Amino acid sequence: MTGLLHTISSMAIGTPAVPLSEVHVDPGLRWAGLILLLPLLSLILCGLCAAMGVKRKWPAVITAACLAGAFVTSVFLYLNYEPPGEVIPLLDWINLSWGDGRFESFTANFSLYIDSLSLLWIMFVTGLGTLITIYASEYMEPDLGTGYARFFAGVSVFLFAMACLVLSDNLLMLYLGWEGVGFASYWLIGYYYQRPAAVAAAKKAFIVNRIGDLGLALGVYLIWSTFGTVQYDELMTVLESHDWRDSYEGWSVSAIPFLLMLAAFGKSAQLPLYVWLPDAMEGPTPVSALIHAATMVTAGIYLVARTYPLFLLEPVSLHVVAWVGGLTALLAATIGMAQYDIKRIMAYSTVSQLGYMFLGLGVLTTYGAAYHVFTHAFFKAVLFLTCGAIMHGFAGQLDLRKLSGLRHMKGWRITAWTMLVGCLCLAGFPFTSGYFSKDAILAEAFVTQGPGFEVLGWIAILTAGLTAYYTFRVWFRVCAGPVAYEPGDELHGDDHDHGGDFHPHAPRFAINGVLIVIAIGALVAAVPYFLSNEADERLVGGWVADMVHDSTARGGLPGLAESHGGHVDHAHHEAAHPTLLGMDPHAAMYWISGTVGMVGLLLAAWLHLWRRSAADGLRDWLLRHAWIGWLPRAMERKWYVDEVYHALVRAPLWILGHVFHGFDRFIIDGVFVDGVARIPRGIARWLQPLQAGAIQSLAVVMAGGVMIILLLMALFMQFGWPGGTV
Amino acid sequence: MMQATLASTDLVSLQHALLLSGALMAIGLAGFLSRRNLIVMFLCTELMFQAAIVSLVAFGRWYWDFSGQVFVIFILTVAAAEAALALALVVLLHRRRPTLDADAWTELRE
Repeated sequence: MTGLLHTISSMAIGTPAVPLSEVHVDPGLRWAGLILLLPLLSLILCGLCAAMGVKRKWPAVITAACLAGAFVTSVFLYLNYEPPGEVIPLLDWINLSWGDGRFESFTANFSLYIDSLSLLWIMFVTGLGTLITIYASEYMEPDLGTGYARFFAGVSVFLFAMACLVLSDNLLMLYLGWEGVGFASYWLIGYYYQRPAAVAAAKKAFIVNRIGDLGLALGVYLIWSTFGTVQYDELMTVLESHDWRDSYEGWSVSAIPFLLMLAAFGKSAQLPLYVWLPDAMEGPTPVSALIHAATMVTAGIYLVARTYPLFLLEPVSLHVVAWVGGLTALLAATIGMAQYDIKRIMAYSTVSQLGYMFLGLGVLTTYGAAYHVFTHAFFKAVLFLTCGAIMHGFAGQLDLRKLSGLRHMKGWRITAWTMLVGCLCLAGFPFTSGYFSKDAILAEAFVTQGPGFEVLGWIAILTAGLTAYYTFRVWFRVCAGPVAYEPGDELHGDDHDHGGDFHPHAPRFAINGVLIVIAIGALVAAVPYFLSNEADERLVGGWVADMVHDSTARGGLPGLAESHGGHVDHAHHEAAHPTLLGMDPHAAMYWISGTVGMVGLLLAAWLHLWRRSAADGLRDWLLRHAWIGWLPRAMERKWYVDEVYHALVRAPLWILGHVFHGFDRFIIDGVFVDGVARIPRGIARWLQPLQAGAIQSLAVVMAGGVMIILLLMALFMQFGWPGGTV
Repeated sequence: MMQATLASTDLVSLQHALLLSGALMAIGLAGFLSRRNLIVMFLCTELMFQAAIVSLVAFGRWYWDFSGQVFVIFILTVAAAEAALALALVVLLHRRRPTLDADAWTELRE
């Protein structure tokens, strides 16, 4: 089949520069293409299920089996992996050359770039994808026979696109995957297309992402025009050889990281493009867990890590990344503190944690960012999935004021305790996975020299405290305390027994099983931190650091300043090692962030478990006093960001749209189209009386005409023809 | 020269013939415009035909050229055919609506 596709694609695009048959590949690695093919197969089968109107759970089984296959394939790839990685060509896509020079060819094939970074990503993407598909098989039950196949087809599209994005060996295929995950996200956010809010959220996500995608498209173009290639391995060779500087002049090297950054900020929901992510919670909860918490939104981190050498060429860009990340983390955390919808709190928490990851990238710890991506994928998936289980069981109820004491309810204990695991990790409770990954980022903010990085570090520590507070606000409200609940407004028939009594239906085997597995995964994600480093003895940070070390992102690893290649004039780990409170920042951070997290946790326990009335009292007290009342109000209204967008973007566009509409309607339509049409109509109206149908009147006109002609001729004969003789 | 000599000796001159032709045409036209009866209107058109024929014959004689008279034969043939057609039409119209008033058929305008 590959051969056939190869033939077709070469026919379509002309002569390939290097035919696939001439590229030597270990035949044992060709099966890596299964990671792309299996989701595609599952998409086709789900489509068939939808076409045949299957009313059973086949789509879920098919998708889960295919994704599990992809996961097993990626694990095998990892086990067979040897640094520094490999390019596995699958089929030719674009392979052109019109000379031998560097700028005289353009190659972007369907080839897999297997290095440790892409392996790290593809393993947790396919693994969590499989688990969440199993979870969704139960969660989506009410839609059996209607939207069930459509949902799993969307998940398959997403996994295919995400695999393209992560595994591609060039920026063009990454762009394909990038657009693909955006489309899948649009598809799944708008899954409940009968609900206007879901449709609006899907459109918002797509449109906001387009802004970032523009950055990626321009960035890829500039990379090609500056370095003459879009393939990672060639790009890295060019960057290391320094000879690109000979022919280089201009500004593009400074512009590239900013364009890529725009793309990353759009996809990974950072200031100012984060607004789509909280609204994306309109989609089914498994989608929120998979796409909008664990995997797709980390594509921005991946992009920056993948093109890290380009960021190192322009240090200012990393400073911007760090500051945007830090400020997003703080802003989203403050919004999350004041929301009541638990799923929305988790959405803002995701934005906040993604901010941490960008902060990590900005302060030169790609390892910290990647590790936080890894741990966050697990614990945030658990949190979303428990929110989904609650939403599913309580008829759509997500208001933390209307749910309480879940851990005392029969059938809900697994949900409550797995949620606790997720909350502990997110809050950075000592010795959980989130504790280690967050500390890696926080400490590096104090180690790396940069504009105001120390302030940024303290902002991040403050945010860690806020995170612990809002996380446990949810848990103490929903899972602890006395048992009390109100159903939401999405009542199904089976929620009522007799007399309209509401009975929450507790999650069953699939949901509980997946919750337990991912919760264990979230706890075990701390283990890689303690694994010994094999790649380089100077490394710290365990297995994930190893994984980052063998990739393009190694430029941002602690302890490896000299591996930057000398062309990085970024002051990192140079001179004396900076200290924090008289200690090594890494050591101090364990104490500081642990303490801050505990303070946030205890505050939440006080306000939301032991003295719930105090929380309302505090809010009332704050709102009553003008000097501080604006703060909770602004936080509850999400800092008026949506309003600002409305005033700055939507309202001007609305006005402009109406101006254009008016111009179109009155000038183009009214004057040109209708005006021209009115000319023959006017002439017709003027001539119409001639066609009265009375023969005599016609004859009069004719006779009159003949007479006039004759008279004129007589006159001309008498007095000469006009213009001379005939 | 020949033509002028012959014509000038004629009992009926070209002017007389053309005057007759013009009179016929005027009568026919006036009748056609003023009457509403389809058959009378048709007869008026026949009158105008005859006006044309008279002038053709007159000019044929004036130029001593018989193609004028030959042309008249053709016209008479065509007029006969046309008369058959037109009268048949009138009969048909009369069957549809028992009147011969031309104003009754104004809706044919479109």
